[in-house]
Amino acid sequence: MDRSPAPRHYLAQLNVGRMQAPLDSLVMEPFMSRLDEINGLADGSPGFVWRLKSDSGNATDIRVDDDPTLLFNLSLWDSIQSLRDFVYRSRHLDLLRRRREFFVPLGEEHLVLWWVPSGHFPSLQEARQRLGDLRARGATQDAFTLRAPFAAPNA
Amino acid sequence: MRLLGDPVRRAAYELVVSRKRAVSRGEVADALGVSRTLAAFHLDRLAEAELLIVSQGRLGGRTGPGAGRPAKLYRQARPDLDLLIPPRRYDLAATLLADAVASVGAEAEVQRLARELGRRLAREEVASDPATGGAASTDPLLRILRNLGYAPRIAAGEIRLSNCPFHAIADQNAPVVCGMNHACLEGLVEGCGAELILSMDPGPGDCCVVLHLPARLPEF
Repeated sequence: MDRSPAPRHYLAQLNVGRMQAPLDSLVMEPFMSRLDEINGLADGSPGFVWRLKSDSGNATDIRVDDDPTLLFNLSLWDSIQSLRDFVYRSRHLDLLRRRREFFVPLGEEHLVLWWVPSGHFPSLQEARQRLGDLRARGATQDAFTLRAPFAAPNA
Repeated sequence: MRLLGDPVRRAAYELVVSRKRAVSRGEVADALGVSRTLAAFHLDRLAEAELLIVSQGRLGGRTGPGAGRPAKLYRQARPDLDLLIPPRRYDLAATLLADAVASVGAEAEVQRLARELGRRLAREEVASDPATGGAASTDPLLRILRNLGYAPRIAAGEIRLSNCPFHAIADQNAPVVCGMNHACLEGLVEGCGAELILSMDPGPGDCCVVLHLPARLPEF
């Protein structure tokens, strides 16, 4: 029987947003102008582990063919609290306050959380499947939200 | 509960509750921006009503000679106490309304109305103040902030708000509620004619908005 200690898990989060206007428009300018600052803030936040980015350092050019107006934010954190502290208790909140200037309401869940074993970096495809799962079945251990969180496996 | 009708007393009570540990008269006075005597008065009334428990102790665990006289410390007596009697579930109603705002994307309208509310409250306060006679000043602003429960404290070129009056619902609906709060504060500042610039920079336990004197705006 395998008696090695249970692997630790990290919290994965995917957030999708449908842009109000093209990225290079005046509408999106206030968002774009603060993107590097806020990404840097995330990178330096306690509990931040990883985020999906391209060579540009951000993820705005990571798009999908089936809906090119969607932007994605995919990241890993060491706990739900670390993620919450960054999202709601940092200058990131200022962009959150203004989110409707930049993103249209989706009318369905736009953020999904799940636990991944240490060393696994989820792909965008995998993350979108989790979001689909949340939308189809509601919050479960496999796909949940900040409002209906689940503890890490073996925690 | 008429006992908590006084805004300073209510703010003192909410501050003690939010700290989740015993706090001294001095801490409450500093956080609320009131004198130590006034803080002590309200804390002792709350203790008499058994809303707070009093103990003697030293903050920071100092003991022995030179540690000074033990301070009177206050903590919450009944953590499960609901201040609204009979039960009113404004929190549920507010959460539902905030959810509706988010799902149809009506944040801009909420912020417009909140800004208007702030301006109106400010104009009323300024007009009713015989001391300033309607002149622009931060004094009426600080008074309104205290009355609304923000527990403002002034530090190095900025006003920090020790309490979030919307905390119970901000946690579940931060984008809507914190945006509404920010807009309301913008309206208050504007209506008072105060020369302050708002930023969002949540400190531990504080409201997420900080009011800066223009020269001290942090660089982003």
